[in-house]
Amino acid sequence: MATEVNESNFSQEVLLSNKPVLVDFWAHWCGPCKMLAPIMDEIAVEYEDKVKIYKVDTDKNMSLSTKFQITSIPCLILFKNGTAVQKIIGFKSKNEIKRIIDSMLINIV
Amino acid sequence: MVYDVVVIGGGPAGLSAAIYASRAKLSILLIEKNSCGGHIIITDSLDNYPGFDGGINGFELAVKLETQAKKFGTKIVYDEVSGIETGNIKKVITVNSVYETKTIITAAGTHVREMNIPGESKFKGRGVSFCATCDAPFYKDKDVLVVGGGDSAVQESIYLSKFAKSVTIIHRNAKLRSTKILQDRMLTYPNISVIYNTVIKEICGEDFPEKVTITNVNTKESRDLKTNGIFVFIGLVPNTSFFSSLTLDNTGYIITDENMNTSIPGIFACGDIRKKQLRQVVTAASDGAQAAISAQHYIENL
Repeated sequence: MATEVNESNFSQEVLLSNKPVLVDFWAHWCGPCKMLAPIMDEIAVEYEDKVKIYKVDTDKNMSLSTKFQITSIPCLILFKNGTAVQKIIGFKSKNEIKRIIDSMLINIV
Repeated sequence: MVYDVVVIGGGPAGLSAAIYASRAKLSILLIEKNSCGGHIIITDSLDNYPGFDGGINGFELAVKLETQAKKFGTKIVYDEVSGIETGNIKKVITVNSVYETKTIITAAGTHVREMNIPGESKFKGRGVSFCATCDAPFYKDKDVLVVGGGDSAVQESIYLSKFAKSVTIIHRNAKLRSTKILQDRMLTYPNISVIYNTVIKEICGEDFPEKVTITNVNTKESRDLKTNGIFVFIGLVPNTSFFSSLTLDNTGYIITDENMNTSIPGIFACGDIRKKQLRQVVTAASDGAQAAISAQHYIENL
């Protein structure tokens, strides 16, 4: 399952993580976000050892949406060593998301 | 295997076709590019779909349609169609595979029309949006532009005005095309204004849009306008690029008869992709049901 993070634990869980992190910015009123949610849960299981998968409710964490300049959701941001390295805007299929994660993992090694 | 029916597109038309075809015990595969539901997954509330007196959320209806189709035996794959081959046994070619089938029902719908101006693709998803319902909350107290003059442009402007500080509609003609009832409603929102006879020529900014250049189509005079976001509602384009062998109308929509037959036997079209007057969920569902029954008759007579 993708774990929910918020303004108070974002730094600890995402920015200070020693593993790459993929954060799913979503909101309850966003249909495509709801379509993406089960895919992110599956990816969280499949990449358990390699990548942490988190989600942020943009309505409850406006300061994070502002900080990462989110103007359209669903929006996935990949973090590596505390830095946002890639932003993926809009609904993407599971295969596309896996391809993006895999190419990032190759670049690390 | 050779399927009885391959449906292209998982919106209300495609899923309705799938429900009827699978109930008729035809072997059926539905191919969807993104996620099932089509345009309705970004519709907050469908207030005119029969049977839901309190309205229904578009996403919820999409999930119900998908669940219903699967319940009757529809197989759904997520893949993108890149071409078709006609013949007695038809082929649907996708990015990852090739599927053989006796009939094809295309319900591939439409996509939003873009302006094709400098800056548009650079700022897509970061200041240029095609969906107010999706992105409006991120424009709280900002100044935004809406491009267009039809029902969508006016409706989405009203929705945006509840979040944005100001909404300015940029319309190329002297009058809005939208229905009077919507225009009257728009007038009750003081933060919506309209600039007529004008088009956007360019969107400029660093990370986000900062200003646009607008040009009056009559006087040809240009000026800059500061803005934080641009919402584009200038119409839809049918997804018929791989159906060029079918008879299309001059705007690219597929021409069918009332039973959803296209110009090629065994290929049927339903929903928004078809030339018709009213593009709504209720007509998409109706088209889908008819397409499935027409496919069934076609197979029985092979």
